[in-house]
Amino acid sequence: MSSSPDKLVYMANQIGKFFHSQGRDRAVQGIAEHIWKFWDPRMRKQIFAHLDAGGAGLDPDVLDALQKLKQQA
Amino acid sequence: MSLIQEIDFGTPKSKSETMVTLTIDGNQITVPEGTSIMRAAMEAGTQIPKLCATDMVDAFGSCRLCLVEIEGRAGTPASCTTPATNGLVVHTQSDRLKKLRKGVMELYISDHPLDCLTCAANGDCELQDMAGAVGLRDVRYGYEGENHVFAKAHGCENDNWMPKDESNPYFTYDPSKCIVCSRCVRACEEVQGTFALTISGRGFDSRVSPGMNESFLGSECVSCGACVQACPTATLTEKSVIEIGQPEHSVVTTCAYCGVGCAFKAEMRGEEVVRMVPWKDGKANRGHSCVKGRFAWGYTTHKERILKPMIRERIEDPWQEVSWDEAFNFAAAKFKGIQQKYGRDAVGGITSSRCTNEETYLVQKLIRGGFGNNNVDTCARVCHSPTGYGLSQTFGTSAGTQDFDSVEDTDVVLIIGANPASAHPVFASRLKKRLRQGAKLIVVDPRRTEMVESPHVKALHLPLMPGTNVAVLTALAHVIVTEGLVDEAFVRERCDWSEFEDWAAFVAEPKHSPEATAIMTGVDPKALREAARIYATGGNGAIYYGLGVTEHSQGSTTVIAIANLAMVTGNIGRPGVGVNPLRGQNNVQGSCDMGSFPHELPGYRHISGDAVREQFEAMWNVKLNNEPGLRIPNMFDAAIEGTFMGLYVQGEDILQSDPNTKHVVAALSAMECVIVHDLFLNETANYAHVFLPGSTFLEKDGTFTNAERRIQRVRKVMTPLNGYADWEVTIMLGKAMGFEMNYSHPSEIMDEIAALTPTFAGVSYARLDELGSVQWPCNEKAPEGTPVMHIGGFVRGKGKFIITEYIATDERTGPRYPLLLTTGRILSQYNVGAQTRRTENVVWHAEDRLEIHPHDAEQRGVRDGDWVRLASRAGETTLRAEITDRVAPGVVYTTFHHPDTQANVITTDFSDWATNCPEYKVTAVQISPSNGPSDWQKSYDEQARNSRRIAPIVEAAE
Repeated sequence: MSSSPDKLVYMANQIGKFFHSQGRDRAVQGIAEHIWKFWDPRMRKQIFAHLDAGGAGLDPDVLDALQKLKQQA
Repeated sequence: MSLIQEIDFGTPKSKSETMVTLTIDGNQITVPEGTSIMRAAMEAGTQIPKLCATDMVDAFGSCRLCLVEIEGRAGTPASCTTPATNGLVVHTQSDRLKKLRKGVMELYISDHPLDCLTCAANGDCELQDMAGAVGLRDVRYGYEGENHVFAKAHGCENDNWMPKDESNPYFTYDPSKCIVCSRCVRACEEVQGTFALTISGRGFDSRVSPGMNESFLGSECVSCGACVQACPTATLTEKSVIEIGQPEHSVVTTCAYCGVGCAFKAEMRGEEVVRMVPWKDGKANRGHSCVKGRFAWGYTTHKERILKPMIRERIEDPWQEVSWDEAFNFAAAKFKGIQQKYGRDAVGGITSSRCTNEETYLVQKLIRGGFGNNNVDTCARVCHSPTGYGLSQTFGTSAGTQDFDSVEDTDVVLIIGANPASAHPVFASRLKKRLRQGAKLIVVDPRRTEMVESPHVKALHLPLMPGTNVAVLTALAHVIVTEGLVDEAFVRERCDWSEFEDWAAFVAEPKHSPEATAIMTGVDPKALREAARIYATGGNGAIYYGLGVTEHSQGSTTVIAIANLAMVTGNIGRPGVGVNPLRGQNNVQGSCDMGSFPHELPGYRHISGDAVREQFEAMWNVKLNNEPGLRIPNMFDAAIEGTFMGLYVQGEDILQSDPNTKHVVAALSAMECVIVHDLFLNETANYAHVFLPGSTFLEKDGTFTNAERRIQRVRKVMTPLNGYADWEVTIMLGKAMGFEMNYSHPSEIMDEIAALTPTFAGVSYARLDELGSVQWPCNEKAPEGTPVMHIGGFVRGKGKFIITEYIATDERTGPRYPLLLTTGRILSQYNVGAQTRRTENVVWHAEDRLEIHPHDAEQRGVRDGDWVRLASRAGETTLRAEITDRVAPGVVYTTFHHPDTQANVITTDFSDWATNCPEYKVTAVQISPSNGPSDWQKSYDEQARNSRRIAPIVEAAE
């Protein structure tokens, strides 16, 4: 699990799973905010690149959150 | 400077608020009810002669030296056991008393050696003092009769005589000097709570006996040294005092081991430490200590300390000793080169949770201001980062809510994933004292720890499967909510009610009941229900937790679940309750406070906040990056990808302490310049290019902040052997990189911290000298600090309930790896052992062992003491097995103190969802018999030996 898109997808989904139980809107908001607050720019850039390449493996809440975050960036 | 002499009042302080007034020797004195006459007299300045009394233990009344006369009462009562009451008229000196005392002393001395000149206690002997005080001039009984003093009597062996017990590496027991005052026995019981000592025999046969007449080392003794401190004679004496002599001055400082933060008097002779004695006024430890703080400071002058800077081009090369300037210039050139080639964000650093607040602050300042990025992190990443996240989300502050004194008001203690008896021993002693007074104890831990069963303490133990904390805590909440045990008044007043309702509906779902979750957690539902009822209804409930909570994929979720439990039962905001993370390292709280996390500036303020960042920019005169930097695990990943190539590590051994050693090795090997700033060539230094010698806590000024948020002074007692304190080294490294930081003393650094950090606004060295210590927040609103937080309301406003769904870790057992490994520590060793392995503490723990249940051992043909191969998906190692039912079937356990075991070869890359805190506590493993070290251990050992070579110095030509 050391190749980076896989690891970042895993980490993003882990964040997603925590927020999932709070309902979709709050989850998307929570995930986006968490990644914005705690991820270094190169990590965000990589996950955005993965998103642009189809975002394989990302859970639906996480996908939405990343799209939202990317638009703001 | 002189030796700090603390007044011994003879008996402990009374906490009563009712006052009584009595007359002693013609002087009126008012004291709290329950104060002994002895203590009242001492408070008035009159020292009544005493031997068996000392204020660290309760009165005993055995020596009969402290007799007094009370008008209207017959006889001569002992002043230590007689309470002061209103209107008493006491005389401490009369002809009758003088005669009685002299008679008592004469009997004592008739069975005591008179080698005072050559005795180790010469200058510090209470027996000698009392002989002087009562005017003893001769001993009528002589020394010819029965005695414990001489090895031979009348030409024959003296059966009463016993040789010295030298088994403990730090102190000697000389029975011939014992006066059977039983202070040591009582200190072991009352202060330490171990009950290792007793008095065997009766009358003249009475002897102090460790265990059943065992040696000190062979008994249950944990070598805390309370007995040595209590001993009034040379019976129990530090070997360092025997060797060096009595100290001549002392300085109050703070222990550099765990997060309890014990205050000590460093008792000195010149620049040599004679002994460390816990300071009675230390508010964290109240005069107690453990084996590490009191005795294990020999590493500070250990021959393996590196005292000269060293550099090398490649890690395969031997080290070259160079001047400080050469080392700084070499490091600066490397780092600048990396930044030119790979970009500004390609370097970073790790602050030390072992160093002072001031040093930590400077390292993060150098990284943010000098390197121009926020790639700074600290070892809290791998321990309590989930605490910071979880408590700031729910309560609004990233720290524990109480002081340690709070435990004295606690009725129910809930310990989750912590073993204070091993990892926070001085707090454990204070806790056990409260438990012996009747407080109840619940322990949630996969292992039957020393806390579960100890003398006079029996906990309700919930032995859960590793990794199921959230399920257990949510089940506790389920019971509280569904059985109507919610403190509704508290929740309505202090918390967000609608968030509470959402949360309560969630936990009340039948799938969260103890019965439904038992299949995952392994916890008996009846016991779990009982625990919930006791915690919710048993009076003041306090939660103490450790790394068994945080070091999981759901570490942050567990911290949130703990906060939820405290809020729903109203156990927040007064003494005796609260949420208390037992922080690991001496200054890990401080390193977090000082802005060691990549996303936040000192005082836990996010780096993206313009207003806060601008304050720092103005003070530091530099533009700061507004993006969060890399966390430690992210740094490793980025190094392997080739975007992070230079690292400055101050006082932390990431190679040994971080999970998945092979991954860390790959990351460090990929970097172009690793600077290690440490006392020893630690494991990380095997992959370093620059070594900057560090200084110990005895060699510098500064402050540490303990688990209670208590800021305490660290005071320099000797010149740094390496030449510079760590803060000076960081300043010089910054200068070589073109980043000027100008301070002439750490107090100036603290002044800058106070100016920039609202919770530290009132902190200064002058304030600390005045108050002894202070708990943040310390500012205009709380000029003397804040022992208990969230009184009357939460820092964030309303307390926030957050839903905690249990999500099993992806680290699963299966046919290849059927057992779960969890890790922990032992009392005598500290973390990676860099310090304690270089002390005599190795007599208690010379190697890491694997604890395995007899059932699992039997199945695999493993016998006690056998070498076993321990393998996980990440790697394998070998170590010896210890068969025990402390662990449940299916669970194995080991410590991580020794680099030759490298327990972290086994641990994986899984980490907490919120903070990337590694999941040390759950690894699926398999065990099989083995003949010796694994290939990995052999190659690691060879690399380490090769890497530690230091090139011989070539004589200069001129």
